[in-house]
Amino acid sequence: MAAIAVSTTINGDNVEYLCQPDETLLDVLRDRLGLTGAKEGCGTGDCGACSIILDDRLVCSCLVLGAETEGRRVETIEGMAHGDRLHPLQQKFLEHAALQCGVCTPGFLIAAKDLLAKNPDPTEEEIRFGLAGNLCRCTGYDKIVRAVQDAASVMKGA
Amino acid sequence: MNFDPRYSGRNFASVGTRPIRPDGVDKVTGRARYGADFNMAGQLVGRVLRSPHAHATIRKIDTSKAEKLNGVKAVITAADLPDLTDGDAALYDILDNCMARKKALYDGHAVAAVAAVDARTARQALKLIEIDYEVLPHVTDVDEAMKHSAPVLDDTIFTEGLEQEPVKPSNVTKRSQYGHGDIHAGFGQADYVVERSFKTEQTHQGYIEPHACVASVSADGTADLWVCTQGHFVYRQHCAQLLGMEASKLRVTSSEIGGGFGGKTHVWAEPVALALSRKAGRPVKLVMTRDEVFRASGPTSATSIDVRIGARKDGTITAAEATLRYSCGPYAGMWAELGAMTAFACYNLANVRTVGYEVLVNRPKTAAYRAPSAPMAAFAVESAVDELAKEIGMDPVEFRIRNAAQEGTRSSYGPVYGPIGIGPTLEAAKNHPHMQAPLGKNQGRGMACGFWFNFGGQTCTDLNIGMDGSVSLAVGTVDVGGSRASLSLVAAEELGIAYEQVKAVVADTSSLGYNDMTDGSRGTFSSSMATISAARNAIKILRERAAQMWDVPVDDVVWENGHAIAKGEKYGNLAALSLREIAAGSGKTGGPIAGHSELVADGAGVSFATHICDIEVDPETGATRVLRYTVLQDAGKAVHPTYVEGQYQGGAAQGIGWALNEEYVYGKDGRLQNPGFLDYRIPVCSDLPMIDTQILEIPNPNHPYGVRGVGETSIVPPLAAIANAVSNAAGVRMTHIPMSPPRILAAIEAERGGRWSK
Ligand code: FES
Ligand code: FES
Repeated sequence: MAAIAVSTTINGDNVEYLCQPDETLLDVLRDRLGLTGAKEGCGTGDCGACSIILDDRLVCSCLVLGAETEGRRVETIEGMAHGDRLHPLQQKFLEHAALQCGVCTPGFLIAAKDLLAKNPDPTEEEIRFGLAGNLCRCTGYDKIVRAVQDAASVMKGA
Repeated sequence: MNFDPRYSGRNFASVGTRPIRPDGVDKVTGRARYGADFNMAGQLVGRVLRSPHAHATIRKIDTSKAEKLNGVKAVITAADLPDLTDGDAALYDILDNCMARKKALYDGHAVAAVAAVDARTARQALKLIEIDYEVLPHVTDVDEAMKHSAPVLDDTIFTEGLEQEPVKPSNVTKRSQYGHGDIHAGFGQADYVVERSFKTEQTHQGYIEPHACVASVSADGTADLWVCTQGHFVYRQHCAQLLGMEASKLRVTSSEIGGGFGGKTHVWAEPVALALSRKAGRPVKLVMTRDEVFRASGPTSATSIDVRIGARKDGTITAAEATLRYSCGPYAGMWAELGAMTAFACYNLANVRTVGYEVLVNRPKTAAYRAPSAPMAAFAVESAVDELAKEIGMDPVEFRIRNAAQEGTRSSYGPVYGPIGIGPTLEAAKNHPHMQAPLGKNQGRGMACGFWFNFGGQTCTDLNIGMDGSVSLAVGTVDVGGSRASLSLVAAEELGIAYEQVKAVVADTSSLGYNDMTDGSRGTFSSSMATISAARNAIKILRERAAQMWDVPVDDVVWENGHAIAKGEKYGNLAALSLREIAAGSGKTGGPIAGHSELVADGAGVSFATHICDIEVDPETGATRVLRYTVLQDAGKAVHPTYVEGQYQGGAAQGIGWALNEEYVYGKDGRLQNPGFLDYRIPVCSDLPMIDTQILEIPNPNHPYGVRGVGETSIVPPLAAIANAVSNAAGVRMTHIPMSPPRILAAIEAERGGRWSK
């Protein structure tokens, strides 16, 4: 199969890459671009560990083809902090210990960021349903929900 | 070295605080490297071919076409992993599980593997491998497998532990028995007896990170392995033995681990990756797909358990017995035995007997899953206990308090307990506002207790003090959920310095002595003991150096709050020397300052928990909703309380999934029907309420700070607590886990039908 040339924007930077027509965006990010923050927990759209934002939309990068990002904007966990200044969600995840093993964390942070962008003042129930596409096996979600609530109030005040 | 591990009460400065973990920033920025996040130059992609049959003889494997495919660098079968196990049956089972030798024993059993330049080529190559199978009859159900008519998986196995030597091979590898007293006499004294049979289905640990490793074997016979594991020293040992290497030639580095829960305590893919790399002469990366994780790794046992408990009118249990049958997958295990040991461990019983049967089935090899085997036994026992309390007309909490084990009780599995937490967790439950909260229509409350042994084991730790006074702590227990934070707290506590001055890392197998793996809730218990010991050794040197700097006898120097102090009137003019000051001068006083510790951490205090939960059942559909959940557990001493809470909450959530949803579903063909997160549904955020926790601290007398393991016990009570809640809500005793909507509905309808026919 002939490789496809793609030109896109990732975390604000112009990026060009070659990929196979059947290659997922997740594989491109991880294997070709060295952006291993997005994780593959399932490869079938069921765990959310590979979550990224594509043109303001939360997607599972394992369900997007690498070739589909042409001319679009990709946001990954690697672009969430500004230099050494963490995003409030990142800071609150640390303070609340909203991670144990941490493998689900990049996906949760991206999903939570997307949630708060659309709903800056979510109820607990809205947070729970908003993050229902992301699996965490370690925490029981309690501290994740609290971290998102806390970050939401900080961001509102900001 | 005479390290005294006994508990001594003290006021803590660092231990018990809640700082941010040292590996935290890397984990929220995507920088932390997990198993699949590591790469080497020239690396190949490994893939494994797996049996589609539950049970089949492998007549012939033809790999010639695959080998000829452009881009394929190595193809291996069992022939490339010769048997070097030298009569070690357990190791042979590991080898056979890594790569089937004569027979494929379950759907998903590895039969061949390839290494190729990319994933697509590797996948193509798998399709070109031709295998001639002779399909054999199979059995996947634990009760079926015990029948005489069942196909026998291994005709060299004769049941161990029977009074009469068996004459025929069987799928039951072993019978074990525990208990004391006189069961018959005990039941003779009972006014009430409850007898019930229970079943639980097989579940998976469900860690979000699939198994992953990169193996690189060099032409000189040395090798490197990067892998997500709960125990890199154990992986090194197994891999070295299976590949015929000296352990010191294989350096294993543990990556960040994306969950394990017992499932990353066995090698599966790692010996295969090493064998591929050895054959190809290049590094090989091998990552399991989720489908492979379900079909070939993990799961816990499926069980079938009979329980009988008798009590007097006054609520005293007079006798208890259980028969426990646990599936092991195709290889011998001691899963039923663990069930038999833990089943009645919460209670003070005069007469008790448990019998366990280990049963082979055509399913993946059973692996440990958080307090392995205890949740199912607790489900059966705690359900029967609830029922018995109801028959007597006693409150279930009072009934348990009356029969709870105490300090001095002889446990049902043998040892006599020291100070324990079952009574206190029950009292705390009784007084918890959750117990008094009102319930609505179709809602039920349940509670249950749980026990886990906890484990200590071999531990080695290095503590190095830099010339700037900062401290590097190198531990050998893999950090599965925040132990680098708790161990840094312990080092800071013992040295009398700030948490921020300590940096803890998990050392690779070539940099530190042997450590058992992080299992049995031992990570913080054992490594904190070794850290305390190492710090005390370092303090000894710090005192010597201060004595040298002052030119006074070392016996006159004490260590207090991070400073050396010369004790006595005559030293009134000597200002205390800080750790930093002593470290800065170390080049002139004898060189680097370090403390080491090698020990076997004995005396892991046993752990108890009580859980309370409220469930709503929809009587029309059988659907359930968890309304409220409370965990009360003894931690001995909570080193980092936030992570202790996290362990309580995580175990409870896993237990909720197990109780209500999760289950391996096998088809008639012996194939797993639901090897993915869509059909094997673990709890998501919207399925759960907040999970309240209460940490009790009953110091473990065998640890300097009183610490007990906390990781596992939290998964023991949920199955029973939820079953009791559902039973109370639905008005019918639930005996089969998971209590999925169809099962609940069937139970409700059977009960209604029963009532109508009366
Ligand atoms: S890896 Fe994409 S959803 Fe699981
Ligand atoms: S922290 Fe481990 S899966 Fe979420």
